[in-house]
Amino acid sequence: MAEWVEACAADDVDEEDVIRFDHGGRTFAIYRSPDDEYFATDGLCTHEKVHLADGLVMDDVIECPKHNGRFNYKTGQAKRAPVCVDLKTYPVKVEAGRVMIQIG
Amino acid sequence: MSSEAGMVIIGAGECGARAALTLREGGFAGPVTLIGAEPHLPYERPPLSKDAMADEAEPLPRHVATGERLAEAGIVHLASTEVRLIDRQKKNVICADGTSLGYDKLLLATGSSPRRLPLAEASRRSVYLRTFDDALAIRAHLRSGVRVLIVGGGFIGLELAASARKLGCPVTVIEAQPRILMRGVPTEIAEIIHAAHAAAGVHFFCGKGIAAIEDIADGVRVQLADGHAVEGDLCVIGIGAVPNVGLAEAADLAIDNGIAADEQLRTSDPDIFAAGDCCSFPLALYGGRRVRLEAWRNAQEQGALAARNMLGGGEAHNAVPWFWSDQYDLGLQIAGLPNEGVEIVRREMGEALILFHLAADGRLVAASGIGPGNSVARDIRLAEMLIAKRAHPPQEKLAAPDAKLKALLAA
Repeated sequence: MAEWVEACAADDVDEEDVIRFDHGGRTFAIYRSPDDEYFATDGLCTHEKVHLADGLVMDDVIECPKHNGRFNYKTGQAKRAPVCVDLKTYPVKVEAGRVMIQIG
Repeated sequence: MSSEAGMVIIGAGECGARAALTLREGGFAGPVTLIGAEPHLPYERPPLSKDAMADEAEPLPRHVATGERLAEAGIVHLASTEVRLIDRQKKNVICADGTSLGYDKLLLATGSSPRRLPLAEASRRSVYLRTFDDALAIRAHLRSGVRVLIVGGGFIGLELAASARKLGCPVTVIEAQPRILMRGVPTEIAEIIHAAHAAAGVHFFCGKGIAAIEDIADGVRVQLADGHAVEGDLCVIGIGAVPNVGLAEAADLAIDNGIAADEQLRTSDPDIFAAGDCCSFPLALYGGRRVRLEAWRNAQEQGALAARNMLGGGEAHNAVPWFWSDQYDLGLQIAGLPNEGVEIVRREMGEALILFHLAADGRLVAASGIGPGNSVARDIRLAEMLIAKRAHPPQEKLAAPDAKLKALLAA
């Protein structure tokens, strides 16, 4: 069953930024877009398993901190070499100032 | 663009492979041939001194593109193929086996080779690291207790030193310069890296010339010019790289610290381009200073740019030089050319340190960062964008760890 877990407080993430969230031996990245929406993806780049939360968010793009591969964090789509495998995304909701993500 | 002969790329590393894929992304439908001297599919070199050496039980090459992807893209990859000469009049390339391939446009992505140390030529226990096969051969020797001597305190040598320590090898680094990483890394950051190696048990001889390297009964001995000698089981030489210009030189192309290319990566022959480690080019960002960059990202970006220009793109290379190195848990990243700066502004963030290099007029020309993992990555990336914008950021903001660089970019 898909389970909703609390990832962080809504204001733990700045606008147009990302933080890391570890849960159950897995790692995720939680994003807040410039228009104040929240998103979640797997935490590691699909190229070399680098933590994306150390990377830079620009509009709807997360750039890997090591090799500058890019993904659209809203859809998970791989946008620039060297990444060619899409990133898994997770449903997110904000309840009472807490960011919840649904992990499958 | 219609053509019979098509595009030929000499060199099937990161740069050449990226160029081949970019030709297809750019809509080129004619023949694309990627010629590589190594037996492997195009692969990434950065892991060779890092993960492939220490972390993986049985390392495999990390392919830039799988055989399937190349086939899908209709790219012909000729492996284990040396090119003997380029005939510019007939516009063809002759391989060592006699095969002749015509081209409309040719890309030289021939890379670089380890600088050889003549003193070590007679030593069979002295090796170089450049290819996946080199990495496998070195790795086969590395196990706990095997004494490793490293000649050269540059990135390859130091990354290898860190990997060898992880595997339990006693390691000694011998550097002719007064300190490690003399070229392109600021003193303060080189000292942090030196300290990390020293804490991990690496022994250093800096500022020491070498008088001789010779195999002895049970190992190899490096005789220093000051009379000291160091003995080990294996000696790895990492004293820099030289651009592979032989084919270009024989074809009478202009050479200037590498194959001389213009800002669009065109050589002195308008139908021949050069990209990556093998070429020098003018960087408009630094007043047209001619540079040659030996870095993964540059290889990737220039491969793609040359491909677009082979299709008539007419784009100038304007990327900010950037590279990284990983040693132990430390990550180093440098954007720009630090030696273009005359003043340094420090930004300390916990265990991480960033140095901003400013020109006399306050323009940001480079940023060097070091810290655990990728802790400096985001700020170095933002600094890179500021450098590209030729920004003159306020020094007090650069120095303040809580001042966001992203805000400076918008300013």
